[in-house]
Amino acid sequence: MEWTQILGAVAGVMMLVFLWPAYKHWSKNSPKAEEGDWASVIVALGAVVLLVLVLIAMVR
Amino acid sequence: MNRYETVVSSGYQQAASANKVLKNTYMLLSATLFFSAVMAMISMALNVPSIAYIISVIASMVLGIFVLPRTANSTSGIGVIFLITGLLGFGLGPILSTYLALPNGPQTIATAFGGTGIIFLGLSGYALTSKRDFSFMGGFLFAGMMVLVIGMLANLFLQMPLLSLAISGGIILVMSGFILFDTARIVRGGETNYIMATYGLFLSIFNIFISLLQILGIFGNDE
Repeated sequence: MEWTQILGAVAGVMMLVFLWPAYKHWSKNSPKAEEGDWASVIVALGAVVLLVLVLIAMVR
Repeated sequence: MNRYETVVSSGYQQAASANKVLKNTYMLLSATLFFSAVMAMISMALNVPSIAYIISVIASMVLGIFVLPRTANSTSGIGVIFLITGLLGFGLGPILSTYLALPNGPQTIATAFGGTGIIFLGLSGYALTSKRDFSFMGGFLFAGMMVLVIGMLANLFLQMPLLSLAISGGIILVMSGFILFDTARIVRGGETNYIMATYGLFLSIFNIFISLLQILGIFGNDE
């Protein structure tokens, strides 16, 4: 096992420790999505996916 | 002052306060991005070894988790945010040097940089103009981030290129969600500290850039 792998694993575990309380807080306290909320997120993320595909086509 | 006037006055004050946080956040974000880019150029000029990336990520994570939340309400928080973003920029230097050595390296870096800018500006504009409350995504985004970190940990040992590509794609989507989430929280008064708001947006931009660089690097040099 290399040093970079060990350090990477340390960083990953630290991140999980940091993310866990935030996940618990937001899963309990997030407001419920209203009608159309998820659709608007899907539209925005769909545009991001399209842009990434265009960028991939540009560098190939 | 009657009840109607009180409600209008309170709503106006809330909107003015949110606008101030948003303005300060974007000013600090611009300054930290510039500083981070300068630090990346310095580390490239110094030919810093690639292990500097992981060390700077760990150091900035420690500062972000333990120091920044304690100092974010004072002027020392500004110094801490510059230290964190400077460290991340410094760690980015060896990664950029590696990409610059590839045949299409400069083009890949420029494309990733431009793509990150378009994603950030597009999503911020969308969150600002749609006026939607994206905080309903909170649990979903943090769960997604944890799944991605577990995937990254597994891939440290599995070393599967396809899994690495899937993780990079996932990071771009989750960080895009975080841009919507963070921007909507600032606009709606959920985040009132511009230093913490800057930290969240900076991390999203940084992670999108790194992931996009990796995806474009794989597809741009696969002949």
